[in-house]
Amino acid sequence: MINQKTFIYLAILAFGILAPFIFPAYKLQISIMWILVVLSLTWDVQGGQMGYNTFGNIMFFGLGMYICSSFHIGIFFPLAEWTASGGEKTFVHTPLQFFQGFFIGLFLAGIIPALVAAIIGYGILGLRGHYFAICTLGLGIAAGELAGGIELVGAGQGMTSPPWPKGIGDTELRSEFFYFICFILMSSTFLFLRWAYSTRFGLVLNAIRDNEDKAEAMGINTMQYKIMGWVVSAFFVGIAGGLMGNMIGYIEPVETAFAGRTFGVFMVLMAILGGKGTLWGPVIGAIAFHIFKEGFWTFFLGWQYVALGALIVVVVIFFPEGIMGWLREKYPKRFGELVDEEDRKAQVELK
Amino acid sequence: MDFLIFQIPILMVQASIDGILLGILFALIAYGMALQWGVMNIINIAQGELVILGGYIAYFMYIVGIHPAFGVIVSPVIMYFVGWSLYKLVIYRVVDRDLFISILATFGISILTQQLMNFVFGSDVVVAQSNFGTTMLFNYMVTIPNSKLFAAIVSVIFAVLLVVYMRRSKLGRAIRATAQNPRAAKILGVDTEKVYAATFGINAALCGVAGSLIAITFTLHPYVGLPYTVRSFMIVIIAGLGNLPGVALSGMGLGVFEEFSDYIFGTEFRIAAVFLLLVVILVYRRFKLSRKREYLK
Amino acid sequence: MNSILQVNQVCKYFGGVKANENISMTVDEGSIVGLIGPNGSGKTTLFNSIVGTHPIDQGSIKFQDKEVSALPVPTIAKLGLLRTFQQTRIYGKLNCIDNMRISAKSVQDNFLSVFSKIPTELNEKAEQLLNFVGLYQKRKLRAGDLSFGQQKLLELAMALMNEPKMLLLDEPTAGINPTLINGIIDRLIKVNHEFGITLLVIEHNMRVIMSLAQHIFCLAHGQLIANGKPEEIKNDQRVIDAYLGVQ
Repeated sequence: MINQKTFIYLAILAFGILAPFIFPAYKLQISIMWILVVLSLTWDVQGGQMGYNTFGNIMFFGLGMYICSSFHIGIFFPLAEWTASGGEKTFVHTPLQFFQGFFIGLFLAGIIPALVAAIIGYGILGLRGHYFAICTLGLGIAAGELAGGIELVGAGQGMTSPPWPKGIGDTELRSEFFYFICFILMSSTFLFLRWAYSTRFGLVLNAIRDNEDKAEAMGINTMQYKIMGWVVSAFFVGIAGGLMGNMIGYIEPVETAFAGRTFGVFMVLMAILGGKGTLWGPVIGAIAFHIFKEGFWTFFLGWQYVALGALIVVVVIFFPEGIMGWLREKYPKRFGELVDEEDRKAQVELK
Repeated sequence: MDFLIFQIPILMVQASIDGILLGILFALIAYGMALQWGVMNIINIAQGELVILGGYIAYFMYIVGIHPAFGVIVSPVIMYFVGWSLYKLVIYRVVDRDLFISILATFGISILTQQLMNFVFGSDVVVAQSNFGTTMLFNYMVTIPNSKLFAAIVSVIFAVLLVVYMRRSKLGRAIRATAQNPRAAKILGVDTEKVYAATFGINAALCGVAGSLIAITFTLHPYVGLPYTVRSFMIVIIAGLGNLPGVALSGMGLGVFEEFSDYIFGTEFRIAAVFLLLVVILVYRRFKLSRKREYLK
Repeated sequence: MNSILQVNQVCKYFGGVKANENISMTVDEGSIVGLIGPNGSGKTTLFNSIVGTHPIDQGSIKFQDKEVSALPVPTIAKLGLLRTFQQTRIYGKLNCIDNMRISAKSVQDNFLSVFSKIPTELNEKAEQLLNFVGLYQKRKLRAGDLSFGQQKLLELAMALMNEPKMLLLDEPTAGINPTLINGIIDRLIKVNHEFGITLLVIEHNMRVIMSLAQHIFCLAHGQLIANGKPEEIKNDQRVIDAYLGVQ
């Protein structure tokens, strides 16, 4: 007997594994959808579970993107020459070099942003409310501006990520390769967070959201948890960035890497749309947003991003609890919030 | 990093003058943000976008042949209504709700406005030429575009006008009363809704003035709003709400910082320098306050 | 009897206002002590000073003979000194059981313990304590959906979950339906006698504090004006004057 939850997991697993073969023309799209799920889930760790609106997680995305490709290239070739114009034609990875470099780069794309989060976390996470929000906004933008000035990684022009090695299959194989890594990343992120939320970590984050002063007054070392949350987000977002850089093939500082205006905004909207502070909310929000975007984007012609801004305002004001919140209102039983008849009878009177 | 500027005094003079003139403009925008923050407890992340929008109004005048300097009259009028309408449409729903909603709502408005301007005006960097000429000082070694002098003078005039208005007029006093104690003001007959709408409108009008001045003296682009938001936020948290001289001084200080930063780090890192300064200020504040076991509210 | 809390010549100023001036008091272990005084006399400020919410300007505060005035709030809480708030503070979006579970002391406190599971044995203890305060029925509801009085009870239960040695209660009966106040008094006495928790209670309800406390301190205008047994305090002219506003 498969219960409903297991069924959903299996369905998603089946879809995830089979999608590139059933919908070969949409491989890239679905890969990006998994990336969006990761961005949404990780934003929610701060924004939804902990109540700290961050506008700076995109910093880790961009950092991961640059780090993955920089090491991917830099381990074998002089990076500065690669990023100079046409440099990528002079140096060619052998297939072994490509995959070695890629996986090392991807690993570091997770580790280094996590370290950054750990180091700056003590200062930044000590800020609250508006101050935290605007500070992280500043960090996100500053990162993009700084990257745009560093010659080593191509400055304003950016850099190309290493092209797929010749002789290893075709573009289809390449898409499939990246697709599965995206799916694995998404699954790992989801499963890790599902586990993490079932531990102290989840409840403490919620306690910080609901009443940080109370949590401290009860003896909880809140800074530890705040930092750990950011480290976790940074790790997964960094890897997502590394993957994205490879899939797009070209890393430009403000539009692609530290893409505050696109992915940075998306991650906030998706989590709220789906229902912040829940495990499935960000997932649903990301999938819904992606489908909506792919389906209706063309309807809006030049107005797409205007509509995006309007959508944020509308969702935040009229629909702040998102899809999951709406479901909770409609079916409180399924969320376990009830006073049972049996409980009523079980109430023991104190003499 | 290039420390040439410290070796050539005349460059320091140039940078300081440029910085002070620029800073007066920043202070004007910051004053608007402080007004709104103090009265309605809303931090408007879309402040910079309102500035740029005001600037585009002046630019539009320039395109149709009217001298953009008149923008400092036309833009605030139009922007007042823009601000007032924004309040009536969106902001009023957000005033009493939790922080999360008010931050994200103004964030959404910021994105919306950016993209709207991008759609309508295109993404070229533009300037509204004023042809005011240049003033030379110190034997031609220091050049000051007269448009910058114009901008500083106009900013000061509007700031003074606003201060007088807030002290003398009925609405001004109503605004100040509401800022101190909204409930008491309401009981005493002040229409707080009207006050809030007017405050938002006045803030937008100030942004309009600043924006038209920026259109003449610097450049406009749909996406350069955020740095102005961050600058005014910085100035307000350094000076504190209600400290007008402090706002002016902090504004000028920030302007000078930016000009010097251009020489030292290069113009391409100017925005990065501004944002990093913000982070430094906030983190420094946070550590200072944590000694007293408080946090920035 | 040992004194578990020693407050010595504590002063706290806010700008020009002397919220607490030269307050000295001792609380014996296992006792119930009351802190009374008219509004604005500095009672909550004193509480805040004791639990570390703000630093004090002068004086010393010792909990179990350990100087705590320079320690941050979570550290003091971990030593076993907790407080409840006048405007109740609970975790609104979590249900009552989760409020309880997260209130229990965590065994270890390093970075790895961040992901430790909360022991399932705590669920039973949580339910028992919720039953103790009369909230068992509501245990699955969101704490934010409870009434003010129920939230106060939840806050008390959460404090008990943490097994403190001493509990500072800020107006525990304010806002509670008068018919339920006896229940609160009984529970507080039980908490003290059976769980052995020392109580320091701010109260405005004289009936409550007189029947609860073994010793009472009275503040007025930031200063300690009287202390003694309930009977003595009840008839102390200075206390009566303070409440009636006579200068």
